[in-house]
Amino acid sequence: MDQVVLNHVTKRFTTKTLGDIVAVDDFNLSVHEGECFSFLGPSGCGKSTTLRMIAGFEDLSEGTIELCGREVSSKSKNLYIPPEERGLGMVFQSFAVWPHMNVFENVAFPLQIQKMNKTDIAQRVKEAMRHTSLTGLENVYPSDLSGGQQQRIALARAIVTQPKVMLLDEPLSNLDPKLRETMRFEIKELQRKFNFTIIFVTHDQSEAMAISDRMMVCDMGRIMQIDTPENLYNKPNSRFVHSFLGESTFINVVIQDGKVYPKGDTQNPLRLEIPPDAAREMVVATRPNSIDLVGPSEEGYPTHIEKRIFLTDRTEYLVPVGEQMLKIQVPHRISFAKGDACRIRFISPMWYPAEDDAAEKERQRRQLV
Amino acid sequence: MSRSRKNRDLAAIDGKRFSMDGALTVLSVVLLLIVVVIPVASIIYNSFFFQGHFDPQLFIGQLTDPGNLSAMWNTIKIAFWVTLLGTILGTFYAWLLGRSDIPAKGLMRALFNIPYMFPPFLGAMAWDLLLNGRSGYLNKLLVSVFHLESAPVNINSLGGIIFVEISYYFPFVFMQVVSALERMDPTLEECARIAGAKQMTVIRKITLPLVVPAISAGALLIMTTSLAHFGVPSILGFSQNIFTLPTKIYAVISRTGGSFEGIRQGAALSIMLVVVVGLALILQKKLLSSGSYDIIKGKSMRPTLIKLRGAKAPLLVLCIATLVLIVVVPLVMIFLVSLVRAYGLPLIPENFTINNYLKVFKADGTKGSIINSLMLSVGAGIICMFLGTLIAYVVQKIKPKGKEALEILSVLPYSLPGTVLAIGVILAWSGALFGISLYNTLWIILIAYIARYLSFSMKSSSAALLQVHPSLEEAARTCGASHMESLKDVTLPLIRPAMVSGFFLIFLPAMREVTTSVLLYGPKTRTLGVQIYALRDAGMIPQAAALGSIAIVIIIVCNTIVTEITKDRKGV
Repeated sequence: MDQVVLNHVTKRFTTKTLGDIVAVDDFNLSVHEGECFSFLGPSGCGKSTTLRMIAGFEDLSEGTIELCGREVSSKSKNLYIPPEERGLGMVFQSFAVWPHMNVFENVAFPLQIQKMNKTDIAQRVKEAMRHTSLTGLENVYPSDLSGGQQQRIALARAIVTQPKVMLLDEPLSNLDPKLRETMRFEIKELQRKFNFTIIFVTHDQSEAMAISDRMMVCDMGRIMQIDTPENLYNKPNSRFVHSFLGESTFINVVIQDGKVYPKGDTQNPLRLEIPPDAAREMVVATRPNSIDLVGPSEEGYPTHIEKRIFLTDRTEYLVPVGEQMLKIQVPHRISFAKGDACRIRFISPMWYPAEDDAAEKERQRRQLV
Repeated sequence: MSRSRKNRDLAAIDGKRFSMDGALTVLSVVLLLIVVVIPVASIIYNSFFFQGHFDPQLFIGQLTDPGNLSAMWNTIKIAFWVTLLGTILGTFYAWLLGRSDIPAKGLMRALFNIPYMFPPFLGAMAWDLLLNGRSGYLNKLLVSVFHLESAPVNINSLGGIIFVEISYYFPFVFMQVVSALERMDPTLEECARIAGAKQMTVIRKITLPLVVPAISAGALLIMTTSLAHFGVPSILGFSQNIFTLPTKIYAVISRTGGSFEGIRQGAALSIMLVVVVGLALILQKKLLSSGSYDIIKGKSMRPTLIKLRGAKAPLLVLCIATLVLIVVVPLVMIFLVSLVRAYGLPLIPENFTINNYLKVFKADGTKGSIINSLMLSVGAGIICMFLGTLIAYVVQKIKPKGKEALEILSVLPYSLPGTVLAIGVILAWSGALFGISLYNTLWIILIAYIARYLSFSMKSSSAALLQVHPSLEEAARTCGASHMESLKDVTLPLIRPAMVSGFFLIFLPAMREVTTSVLLYGPKTRTLGVQIYALRDAGMIPQAAALGSIAIVIIIVCNTIVTEITKDRKGV
């Protein structure tokens, strides 16, 4: 069953400095029961606004949102269910633990609001605190606890009502890297035990990759692609998604007489299969580790080593391709010296239309919001 | 940690026995002795000693005097109600303007801050003109419209005093709470909504408890200010023989014509007042924990504004009504009365004249009073700016032994009621010590102002100095600058903006000061506030209103200049 469904959800803002902004442009997506679904994108892409609309902190400009089969926001029906009646769990980047309540009171708050009786509350809080490794800290105030412990309070408070859907708004970005990994694991563990659906907002791609069943990559208020982490990495449908996930290298190419020439080189074509709908100018995208680097006697595009950088687990080479510089990463056993002649071959690259500067400018404008 | 490093260590390594730091320390001790220690000691000494003998008779006599006891009781009652109601009012409006979707927030916030810069005794004057039990304009109107036997509202009462004080002191809480709400992480509230709490529950269980420290800080300010306040109770209470301790002190001294006996009685009353203030502070501390929560966290995001929906219109009307009542009515009243030919005539254009403005300048000492006030305010401002910075530097950077005592001494006068301070200054500097008599000169008022406002500039400079890392001065020293040069070329320029804002923090309240000046002025040393007060006392009410209007214009002009100057300040 689909537990969170967004239909044509749109959010428009008007700001004094930047005028009208479409923060969220016609979002359509459905998150399945028990799924861990990430919203991933650079700041200003609309991911947080979308999450806040699902939580009920923002109005929609258009569209509808359904939670567990119930419509909670609908612009056309003028329907708006306030956050407290949506039955969600939510964890914020700032943890948002209440400094005037001790750990027990923080975790018990949602149950007290439900007017549950005291013994049940004590039981449920104890359970939630056990699952988040907080046992024994009942009477401690949050200010005496570390960031990781505060985050656990926030988690315990979110799971104590056993919600069906859990919203996580960059919950790990205020933690140090090591703790981040542990907490990521703990969140997955909690999901397994309580079987809730997670919507996870982050701008950290490796975090999203590690935790998600599926993810949505968005940019400038538009959904770019929704798929599994693997498919997103291997078959990105746009230059943006390609560059956003993992390391990318791009080569601008010109297609002439059925041959692909890198920009600035009219002599040596790249031996690539041209996709059927290719325009004259295109972008060939690949990963630094998806390029073969071979000796000058083998097949491939002829070039030379411009720079060699020894990294811990591989060697990086910069080689000129036409007027551009291409980054290649290969295992240490493939070794060239600076100035050596060599040849390169692309392994299943992706093709994208050449992008103009306008998109980049728009992205920068939005990040000012 | 490098922060705790002392500048003095260097001088010690230099091996100099008398360094510049030592000189600065000695200088600030001497200055504090003159402006703070001697006046305070004089009060205590004169209350209990007479001609060198221990003589508790006077003090006990004053303490058991029924008139004084009732004044003390009034002081407490007024302060209690003003604090309670002012805090509620301030918190309510702070929430309304800080968290709800009420329109015209910016404008209303600016208007709500007006009472803060407006001298309360002018407000009291305005309300007296409107609702005086015998001759108030509004009272007369109500009597004639509804054919009443007597005036329906009498502002010359405890209730009246409480009302006027609330309208001028609730901004203390309002401003504190608005800024706390602004700095508060909105996710703290959102999280409670997600947990299932309704809007009202969130306010009750999350928002309010989190701003308690801010509320309590504001309430404390209201309470100490009200306990020490002179202007409003003197204008509204004298005619009905309603006294508070500060007005009683003034009454005792003016009744005895400034004789030594009267001043000694005043000193004894001062001690009573200080004890009341002290007890109130202790009580407040017991009642409200003033621990501060770390509520400033997370990414800065606009807090979700609470939709008032149906309540929006009535609440907006309430806001506007409040603003009209506390801002517009007193201003308009003062201005209208300043135009009327004679007090009591109906406020219609036929009775209007600008003669009052001309007359007021011909009246004895008006021009002088404006000049006096300007000189005193600028003088006190500049002296405090340097003295406060000096003490702040000694406390923060030189850190001599006993720096805490220095700090306490410089902040002490701030918690002393202005009336008490005035008595201390009179006792100390009218010939008792070294035969120096400054009585009836501007100097004695200047000393009182300096003592009263010193802590303002000290706090301002202190905060800035804390931001100047010792390495900055050390870098200057390694570049070849002497200690003096590094101070002059590095530290002072960095804290200059804080010094300037310290100056204005003093200049503005000093311009409208009346509490201490009214006890210290002589025939040629009236201040602006005192002159308005005296004109009104002499029955020249329209002229008093005219001078009041001029004072308001001066204050507004100065405030605008300050805001412009401090708008884009650089440095720390």
